[in-house]
Amino acid sequence: MNATVIEAKGLTKRYGTAQAVSGVSFNVAAGEIFGLLGPNGAGKTTTILMLLGLSDISEGEARVFGHDPMRKPLAVKRLVGYLPDSVGFYDHLTAADNLHYTARLMGLDAGERGRRIDAALERVGLRNVAKKKVATFSRGMRQRLGLAEIVMKDARVAILDEPTNGLDPQASVELLELIRSLKASGVSILLSSHLLDRVQSVCDRVALFNAGRIALMGTVEELGRQVLGGGYVVEVEAVGGDAIVERLSALAGVRNVEEPGPGRFRMACDRDLRAEAAAAVVAAGGRLAQLSLDHPSLETIYTRYFQNAQEEVRHAA
Amino acid sequence: MRREGSPWQGLGVVMLKELSDHLASARMRVLEWLVVLTALAAVYAAIQQIRDVTAEDPFLFLRLFTTAREPLPSFVAFLGFLVPLMAIGLGFDAVNGEHNRRTLSRILSQPIYRDALLFGKFLAGLGIISISLICLWLLVIGLGLIMLGVPPGGEEMARALIFLLVTIAYAGVWLALAMLFSVLFRSAATAALVTLGLWLFLSVIWPALAPAVAQAVVPADNEAALITAAQMLARLSPSTLYGECVLALLDPTTRTLGPVYLSQLQGAVMGSPLPLWDSVMVAWPQIVGMVAASILLFVGGYVAFQRQEVRA
Repeated sequence: MNATVIEAKGLTKRYGTAQAVSGVSFNVAAGEIFGLLGPNGAGKTTTILMLLGLSDISEGEARVFGHDPMRKPLAVKRLVGYLPDSVGFYDHLTAADNLHYTARLMGLDAGERGRRIDAALERVGLRNVAKKKVATFSRGMRQRLGLAEIVMKDARVAILDEPTNGLDPQASVELLELIRSLKASGVSILLSSHLLDRVQSVCDRVALFNAGRIALMGTVEELGRQVLGGGYVVEVEAVGGDAIVERLSALAGVRNVEEPGPGRFRMACDRDLRAEAAAAVVAAGGRLAQLSLDHPSLETIYTRYFQNAQEEVRHAA
Repeated sequence: MRREGSPWQGLGVVMLKELSDHLASARMRVLEWLVVLTALAAVYAAIQQIRDVTAEDPFLFLRLFTTAREPLPSFVAFLGFLVPLMAIGLGFDAVNGEHNRRTLSRILSQPIYRDALLFGKFLAGLGIISISLICLWLLVIGLGLIMLGVPPGGEEMARALIFLLVTIAYAGVWLALAMLFSVLFRSAATAALVTLGLWLFLSVIWPALAPAVAQAVVPADNEAALITAAQMLARLSPSTLYGECVLALLDPTTRTLGPVYLSQLQGAVMGSPLPLWDSVMVAWPQIVGMVAASILLFVGGYVAFQRQEVRA
């Protein structure tokens, strides 16, 4: 399962003198969900369009299943399903007719079309509105119809551009659920988003974009270690007990302990010290109310990374 | 760098979808009624006029197309005006409409080239116009048969048929122009306004302006050169080309579309009709000009579309 499906090497896109994307390299392995994250205008969509052969590559190389999207765009587009940012459909056609049109463009024959469209609409939960015009669809339903198109295409890779953009929390949870189920059926997924915490939950690996470059890449934990200096943060809530701070600080492997509120402690440590912390609280005569290991959120990593980057710039100046 | 696969893949699919969209659209219905009603009015008036002034005319049937009766213009004058309107109506939002509906990138991520999308849309537009024009043409011929009671001759039918083809080519020019602007302008309203503006300029203002421009360019002492220059400039407008084609095809006595020198008239019997093929030869440069204009405009749109960014 470790074959590479998408390979980008030094991808660069220039518009005149401006560089929208400069030297972006990453690999997407078979069966993983890879997230391109970053603020709007950081070059995520441009990168995606270059991978699909919909935009010329100024410099660098891209391979999708070994095909060059510049030379063999049809081969690439046959294997890849694409859900554009705020996808559009023909409003005057029904959901099923919209899919019929794209299915004909894919070259599927009539029997195959009907079967696949029914199955795809069933899978995304739009079967009962298949005969309704898309004009009546909500944003979330359109996004799901877009996913149905990818399911129908039987794509080996799905490229989703801002799939949860503009959706209400309920709809975006449903959509992320669908994305997970796509992955479960063996589809590799490349998705882009500026909504970090939503996407964190589905991505196996992420690349953080900033101003056309990849600033950081790896799993969320790796990025956390890299940016937040590694280590674990254990949060302790205790009732009663004396000198808990001192006792916690005395544990082997603890770097420092803060007390953000009465009875609440945050300890930064080299390893998972939850068991030791519990023992220490109890030994101090306190009652343990809560004990948790803090997972670094992408949001924190991201903000911290750019704070650091800015400070470096300031120091350099 | 060679591309893999055929640029025509998906062409038929796009064309059929566009055809069915056009046929179902309200815009199309309005245009159809506009064309049918005005054209029928013109033919009805022409038939009245022909009945009043029946003469020994070997090409009575062709008069159906060209005769005008105040206050209505003739059938061909109507077509010269309405066909561009119809073509522009079908083409002005061909590409920017896909952009604005945000369907373009989704469609282009299917295994087809952009060629198929653009050409499919052009063919569908031309197909719709052809269907309407053929219906209209049959309607006019039928009305003529009923109301005049004179069967048309073989040559008349041949001329009328070539006239039909020329009208379709004329529609192609405006359709290609409208599609070019639909690629260049992101807003459909802007594209429609610019195309309509250019149409008004080329059909109404330019023919009047051409002699003035010619006078400014050509020395005034050479009158023949002046007239030729004015005519050449006027022919930059597809409306002029179409008008000249119609004149040569539907009026068999037309011997030339340019100025005539006395030396060329030696031995000619004035007022006698030309054979069909000679009439076609007279209009040939104009016909080629219109087809070439459609191709050039389409290629312009094609190049612009290929270089365009698809992102919304």
